[in-house]
Parts: sequence; structure tokens; C-alpha cells
Amino acid sequence: MHIEGIVQGVGFRPFVYSLANRLGLAGRVHNDVNGVHIEVEGAHDGVEEFLTALERDAPALSAIERVTVVSGEPAGHSGFTIATSDPAGPRRALVSADTATCDDCLRELADPADRRHRYPFINCTNCGPRFTIVRGVPYDRLMTTMAGYGMCGDCAREYHDPGDRRYHAQPTCCPACGPRLLLRDQRGTELCGDPVACAAVLLRAGRVVAVKGLGGYHLAVTASDERATAALRGRKHREEKPFAVMAADLAQARRIAHADDTAAALLTGRARPIVLLPRRDGAPVAPSVAPGNRSLGIMLPYTALHHLLLAELAEPIVLTSGNVSDEPIAYEDDDALTRLAGIADAFLTHDRAIHLRADDSVIRPLPGAVTVLRRARGYAPEPLALRRPVPRPVLACGAELKSTFCLAQGRRAFVSPHIGDLENHETLRSFIEGIDHYCGLFDIRPEIVAHDLHPGYLSTQHALDIRGVDHVGVQHHHAHIASCLADNGDPGPVIGVAFDGLGHGTDGTLWGGEFLRADLTGYERLGHLAQVPMPGGAAAVRQPWRMTAAYLRDQHPGLAVAERNAGHWADALRLADDAPLTSSAGRLFDAVSALLGVRDKITYEGQAAIELEQRADPSETGAYDAAVTTAPGGPLIVEGGDLVRAAAADLAAGTDPGVIAGRFHNGVAAAITRTCVALRQSTGLTAVALSGGVFQNALLLDRTVQRLRAAGFRVLKHVRVPPNDGGLSLGQAAVAAAQDQR
Amino acid sequence: LGHGSGGQLMAELLADLTPRLGAGTLEDAAIVATGAPEIVMSTDGFVVTPRFFPGGDIGSLAVHGTVNDLAMMGAVPVALTLAYIVEEGLPLDELRRVTTSVAEAARACDVRVVTGDTKVVGKGAADGLFVTTTGIGVRLPGAHVAAANGRPGDAVLLSGPIGLHGITILSTREGLGFETSLASDSRPLHRLTAAMITAGTCGVHTLRDPTRGGLAGALNELAAASGVGVELDEPAIPVPAQVAAACDLLGLDPLHVANEGCLVAFVDPARAGTVLAAMRARPEGAAATRIGTLTARHPGRVTMRTLVGSHRVIDLLVGEQLPRIC
Ligand SMILES: [Fe+3]
Ligand SMILES: [Mg+2]
Ligand SMILES: [Zn+2]
Ligand SMILES: [Zn+2]
Repeated sequence: MHIEGIVQGVGFRPFVYSLANRLGLAGRVHNDVNGVHIEVEGAHDGVEEFLTALERDAPALSAIERVTVVSGEPAGHSGFTIATSDPAGPRRALVSADTATCDDCLRELADPADRRHRYPFINCTNCGPRFTIVRGVPYDRLMTTMAGYGMCGDCAREYHDPGDRRYHAQPTCCPACGPRLLLRDQRGTELCGDPVACAAVLLRAGRVVAVKGLGGYHLAVTASDERATAALRGRKHREEKPFAVMAADLAQARRIAHADDTAAALLTGRARPIVLLPRRDGAPVAPSVAPGNRSLGIMLPYTALHHLLLAELAEPIVLTSGNVSDEPIAYEDDDALTRLAGIADAFLTHDRAIHLRADDSVIRPLPGAVTVLRRARGYAPEPLALRRPVPRPVLACGAELKSTFCLAQGRRAFVSPHIGDLENHETLRSFIEGIDHYCGLFDIRPEIVAHDLHPGYLSTQHALDIRGVDHVGVQHHHAHIASCLADNGDPGPVIGVAFDGLGHGTDGTLWGGEFLRADLTGYERLGHLAQVPMPGGAAAVRQPWRMTAAYLRDQHPGLAVAERNAGHWADALRLADDAPLTSSAGRLFDAVSALLGVRDKITYEGQAAIELEQRADPSETGAYDAAVTTAPGGPLIVEGGDLVRAAAADLAAGTDPGVIAGRFHNGVAAAITRTCVALRQSTGLTAVALSGGVFQNALLLDRTVQRLRAAGFRVLKHVRVPPNDGGLSLGQAAVAAAQDQR
Repeated sequence: LGHGSGGQLMAELLADLTPRLGAGTLEDAAIVATGAPEIVMSTDGFVVTPRFFPGGDIGSLAVHGTVNDLAMMGAVPVALTLAYIVEEGLPLDELRRVTTSVAEAARACDVRVVTGDTKVVGKGAADGLFVTTTGIGVRLPGAHVAAANGRPGDAVLLSGPIGLHGITILSTREGLGFETSLASDSRPLHRLTAAMITAGTCGVHTLRDPTRGGLAGALNELAAASGVGVELDEPAIPVPAQVAAACDLLGLDPLHVANEGCLVAFVDPARAGTVLAAMRARPEGAAATRIGTLTARHPGRVTMRTLVGSHRVIDLLVGEQLPRIC
């Protein structure tokens, strides 16, 4: 039989070996380039049980995609053996994601009698670094950054023993033969003493310590220390975007935030993402950690080093990406020392190289579901299964901010980890190099290259620079809906609701509040938010008050937002006359955010809308009304301005801004539902797919889903990729492949 | 104006306009005796709304634009031609003012307007007045400047503050008020380039005036032509406070705003100090400064080390109406 999926480097062969032995079967198992090849022979019942148990009891890190069984004459094997790997042929075997230290390893870490007692690089076939240390395929030690560490006798014995947990664990090592932890000062000089204990002393004294993790360097300060946290913000030039916090364990996490069962499962799962959780009242967390936010982004330790450090400290730490604002996370030692020297007071580092940078993933639990906000460490490079095989290999280049790319071949789509804003030069470089690395790792030679329609996106420009392939431009919001369809394995057609910041429309205006009839091959724009000007173009994105001006003009005299921006309000109105037009939902949220005094200017993407959601009263049930109009033959037009005007009227009447924000969110959900009901009548479609960055808003998503379901719709939400532009590459790939199939 | 037929009215118009250029009779073409081996030619069409703005008008702009294009090739301008496309209905007095301005600008540049042409087209067939100038010049001995001559390690020099022309025009057009305290930087640069080439001997590799597309556009073109990368240093780039404020209001990046009176140069690092001193000795180069370095690391790409220390990709402007951010 042949097994495909994530079956190498995850303890699959030892599992097969012990299973066959338990059932008294003879035969052999070996890795080949496509996965794992097994021959078994023996009693009929035994073979049947073998097949059942193979899938039922497979190792934690494995993911079986396909089992192909062929029966034949017994070859007369005596006993069961693990044969050597066969390196010929095309490479299809998969590399797994980096995985949090397992319980067995944690027990050894804490056991004074174990030879890996307090060893920060302990790992086994069930846990440890994978993707971030792999330089190429096939996945074995020589192709990882562990290649330079020769195994000691004890480690080698474990590595070659099919009965051992570390059988063919490629990064296995111990204090006698593996990487070494050290603490350096800003100049790179090694400090003496126990590195973990010294780092803890520095953190307790209010210092910033850079910590080398799996996918890059982090910057740490004690989470309760306001002075240290504020100093870190200043040095990083990161004004307000929330910092993540690492807690030692679930109990410690629950002392600062509320974590229900869904959240607890995410926190303790092997991917160990940052989980956004409601912050506990009076939690001992400095105000500068997450200003303007009711949530905290919390993660639990995912390497033995983190476990040791957090145990030493006995309190949570801020653990934010090691970079200056806008830059990607530092992951090379020399580069980190140079770039972070002005930020970190010391470096808790080691000599095992990181080959590929990976940020922490971010997930927001919702009642009965989750939204992935950033998919990176712990998830990438695991493939997403496609409903239908891709005829020719596809590369999709994604968007501009929150960029990812996607490679699709056969029934697999490999979405890259979050890469970031391509306007940053280092980010653009890792985007381009990352594509090459992925092509090599998964042996994919793209014949189709998909890209956004925006000619200024650096991802579009890179796509068009690739020669000898077919180029496919995919409209931004079609890609969003296609991403949601691919994420759910649904072919459509659906009513697609794509609400986001801005995307390039086919009519030369900027779209972002779109109702599409869409499947993977095409779409039709059946409705959208009424267009408004964006006074000053990009400046209106950075200064949400301009959108309030664009929506309200001078119809509401005496507005506080107009008084706060009196110097330029009239200019903005004048600029509005020949400003670019947009139907963006993100700009609608911006307008209300500034109106309510939440945010006039932003310092990070989406800040005004994020803080508006944080301000909204979730118990509010009232909803503003937005007219939905239509011209014969034209698309439905949703009057977002009605919502802004209703909010302005309530504000003038002295209504609490939290209540207004609640009514606004409910009003948007109601307008979406009403529009979908109208479109159901004209199209007969009963399923709605929700995508676009605006649906990162948990309150809006929840209210929209409730109303749509109450109206009888089947609702598709994102599950495995983000609704924001990070999920766009998957949608582009799905569209390009579907069009290729036709 | 109603002079489209080219008959008597046109003759009267030319009789009115040509004395303003200081020429007796204008022939359709001119023989230019130079005696120099390297002749440089350039031509440019000018359309600008409004036609009169603080710091200049379409006439002076048409002279400076072509003179500067010659200067960027290391040439001393010798003669200009002048062509008007006039929309029927343009007040004659306005055409007189523009012509006087052309003459004054040419005189200040030590360049003669030697021939010209005027056509009047029907209402709506042109936007008021289009001006075309063609110039010839003589290349200075020792001038080996070309877009493709930049080398890794070269210093990137800028002769003065950026954004003044584009912001003055936009502000005047939109009535934003910045034009009361700003003026276009429109001016000739050939004396500055001559001083640079003399001081730098063969060390001045590339010269370019960053007009439309701004500094970002010019540097991207030069990076591509030279096959080198450009690394700019944001704090070193002189952006007048008023320009920065206007850009903030208009949602523009000063690096994409047009200039008409400054230049960028790629200069051998060993000669950069001497060249910079020669630039600063001239009024149009008084604020000259080094803004970056050429690198072999990312050929064809322009990056900028920002105020917070990150490296931004500086791209061509795809269209001011198309924000990339979301
Ligand atoms: Fe989007
Ligand atoms: Mg020209
Ligand atoms: Zn383990
Ligand atoms: Zn060992």
C-alpha cells in the first residue's frame, strides 16, 4: 500500500513497524518521494485490522491524504523491517509544520535524571522544529540546519532504533552533541552564568531581551512592567499596534484573560498560535501592551527554551516580533545583532540556524468557530486539500499588505506563511526568495501565474516579470470569495459578500463593499455599497476623519470630528470633488470610527475599525437602517451613508458612543442580510460566502451570520486561511485553476 | 484668438510676437554653426494648468525644460526653437505675456530662440496653449554623462529641495492656499551642470532632472538603465515643510512630485566632495546634498532607509488615484 500526505519526519515508519509487530504481520515499510510504501502479509483479519488502525491511530503530526491499496501474492517476508529510503523520482513528500514541544519531551526536560534535563533544544518525532530548519528535500538531517551537528553515540542509538520515540527524528540532539544556548550583550559579547537565569534577571529589572525562537527573534519585556513596555514601543517605533503576551501555561493565561474550551484547545494545541482573548478586569498587564483594545493576544511556550524562561520568571512576558516597525522579523544571527542592537539590551540566542523566517500565527476564537487572522508558524507549509485537481501547476502572487503566495499542484494548495507588506524591501526579498524555496521544496514548476488586477502591487509586478508562463489577472474581491469557497471545499455558485479596505475594481474605481454572484470560474457584480469620494486618496486611509467628511459633507453642523479637524475639513471637502471613488466597507467603518471620536488618524492598518469594534456595546440590539436601491438592470446599491447619518443624529442627541457603535454594527449586518435576500430572489442562490478583512471583526461576523441564518441562508466563513488579504493567494490560485479546467 | 487659417491674421500675429523674441525675421529652420564635434538635441512639449503660477509660467517652463534636458547630457545650450498650438479664443494678451516670458527666460539662459511655429486650432481641440521647444547644445569637453553610467558605490547627489513645482501647481489648481508661500523651482541648471563637470572631471557619471514622476521616477529609470540599485537615506532628502504639509493633505509622496529646478547626479565617491562643493558654490545648488549611494545588491530597484530605520521600496507612481494600501 502507498500512503500520501504528511507521513515523513513524523514517526510514521516506527508506528507502522510496531503496529505490524503487534498484529503479527510480516513485510516492510520505507519512505519514497511520494510518501510511505508498505508491504504487509499475514492473516486476513490481521491485515484488515492493520488497515483500520493505520488511519485511526496514526501519529499526532501525520496527516494522511490518501491510501492506495493493491493486493498481491505474499512475497514470503520473514518478520517486519524498515527498509532504506528510495530517493528517485519526483519529490511529492511533505514537510510538516513546526510543532510545540510534546508532553514526553517536557517530562524529560523537567527530569533531573534525564540526560536532556533542562536542555532547550529537546525534541522528538512528535515535536520540534521542522519547516523553519529545512533547506531542501528529501527531509533528512543533512537537508536541515542541524546538518553541522554530528550525533553523539546515545543520540545515534535512539535515532536508529525503530522502537524509540526519536527514531529518524531529524533534529534530535542532546547537550553532548547539539546546539548551545547563550546570552550575549548588545555588542555580541557572551555573558557568563546560566543564560536562562540571567535573562530572567534582566527581564525582571525592566530590560528588553531578544529571544531566538523557531521562526525568528522576538523581543521580550515583563508584561506587567509599563515602563519597560513603553520603552520597547519607543525603540521599535511601534506606536499602538498591540503586543502579544506569552504565559507559562493555561492557568497563568487564565489569570490575565478569559479562555473558554475552544480557546484553551487552541492555546495548548501543537501549532501554538497567538490567540486573541478577552482581557480579564484588573489583569496585571501594562496599559501599553494593547492600548485601545479589550483583547489580549496570548500564546503559550512552544519551544523548550520558552518553557524554561517562563518557568524561571513565573509571570507573563510581552513577546513581540524582533524588528523595527515595518521590517520583517529578524532571523539571521548577525542581522539580528545589528538590527536589534538599539532595541534589545541582551540576546538570548543559540547556534542552530533558522533557514526560513516564520511569524507567529494569530487566531481569534468565535463562538463555535475560529477566524485565522495570520497563518504562519505551526500551520505553514501544510497543504490545503482542493476539491478538484489542478490541471497545470499554479503560482498565485497574492496582494500587497499581509501578503502570501500560493502554489497549487494536483489536489494540494501550499499557502506560504504570512510574509507582510511588500513595500518593505526585506519583505519583498523574502517574498521572491520564498517562492523559489517553495518551488524547490515541493517540486512545483508553475505554468500559470495568477495575480491581482492592481498594476501597482509589487506582487503583480513580480508576477508579470515571470516569463514563459500564462498570466491570469484575478479581480481582488472575486479572489476573496474564491478563497472562501476553496477554504470550505465548496464549488459555488454563491452570493459572495466581500467587505474589505480597498481592491482594484474593473471600472477604475476602488471596490470594497461588494455583493457578487460568484463561483471559481467567474463572478458578476450584483450589488455594492454606494460610492463615496476618498479625499486625498491614500491620505483618507491614514486619516479616517476624511471619510466622515466625505460621507457627511456639511450636512451636520457642529460635529466634534469637524471641529477637531477644522484646519483641513474644508480642504477635504474641496478635494472630494475629484477624489477617487470607493465602495469600500472598511472606509465606512473608518467614517463612523472618526465620527464617534475613536480614531481620527491611524498608526497601523485597520486600527480605526478595530478600535470601533472594541468600543461597541455587544448587548445593544438596535440597528440603523440603510436603504437598498436599484436602477433597472443595474446593481443593488446599499446606502452606507444612511448608517453614518443615523449615527451622527444619535451622537447629536447625546447617545452613548458604545451604543451607537453597536447599532452601526447591527445596521451593517442587517443591510448585508437584506441585500442577500433581494439577491436570492433574483438569482435563486441560497448560500452566502463572507470574505474580506472587514470580517475579521468578530462582532460584525457574528451578527451577520446570525441574521443570514435566521433568513434561511447557508453561510460559508473562512476556516483555515484568513478572510483578509492573507487568504487572497488561495483564491487567486483556485480561480486560475478553475479557468484552466474549463 | 481666431487666427487658425494661417493667412493675414496669422501674419499679423507673428509680426506681433516675433519682435518679442529679439529676432528680426524667423525662418522655418535655422543653421547653427558650432564647430564642436558633439551636438546635443532635445525636444519637449509643455502643457500646464494653470499657465501662470508662482515662480513661472508655461513660457519660462518651456525654456527651462529643454535647456535642462540639454544640460543633463552635459551640454551647454546654444539655440532653441519654439512652437505654439493655440486654442481659438485664447486672449492675445496672454500669448504676448507668455512670449515675453520665453524671451526673458532664454536671455537669462544665454540661449537664442532662432525659429518657431504657431498654429491655431478650433475651440476644444486644445486646452488653451500648448508650447513645444526644441533645443540644441554643445557637449562640454570631458562630459561623459549618461543614464547607464552609474556604478555601485557612486554617491547620489541632489541639488536642492524637492516637490516645489508640482505642489505649487496642484495647490494653485485646487485653491489650497499653499501657493501663497510656495513657488515653483523652475530654473535653468546648465551652469550648475557645467560647474559639476568641471569640478568632477570624469567623476560625474549620470545627471537627471527629476521632472514628471518626481525623484522616485527619475531614480527608477536611472537604476534600470545603469543596472544598479539605489539606496536613499530618508532624513537626508530635503523636503520643505510646506511641501510635506501639502503632500500630507493631498495624499501624495514628495518623492513622486514633479520638480523643474533640481537635479540628481551619480558621482564617483572619490569626487563627490569636490562636486558637492562646486554645486554649493552656485545659487541653484546652494542646498545641494548627498541623499544616498548606488549598490550592486538590488539592481534596478530603489530603496530608502526610513526615519525609523526600515527599508522601503521606492516605486514608480502608477497613478495618484490608486492607493496601494488598504
Ligand atoms: Fe482585500
Ligand atoms: Mg525632453
Ligand atoms: Zn517531543
Ligand atoms: Zn547527543
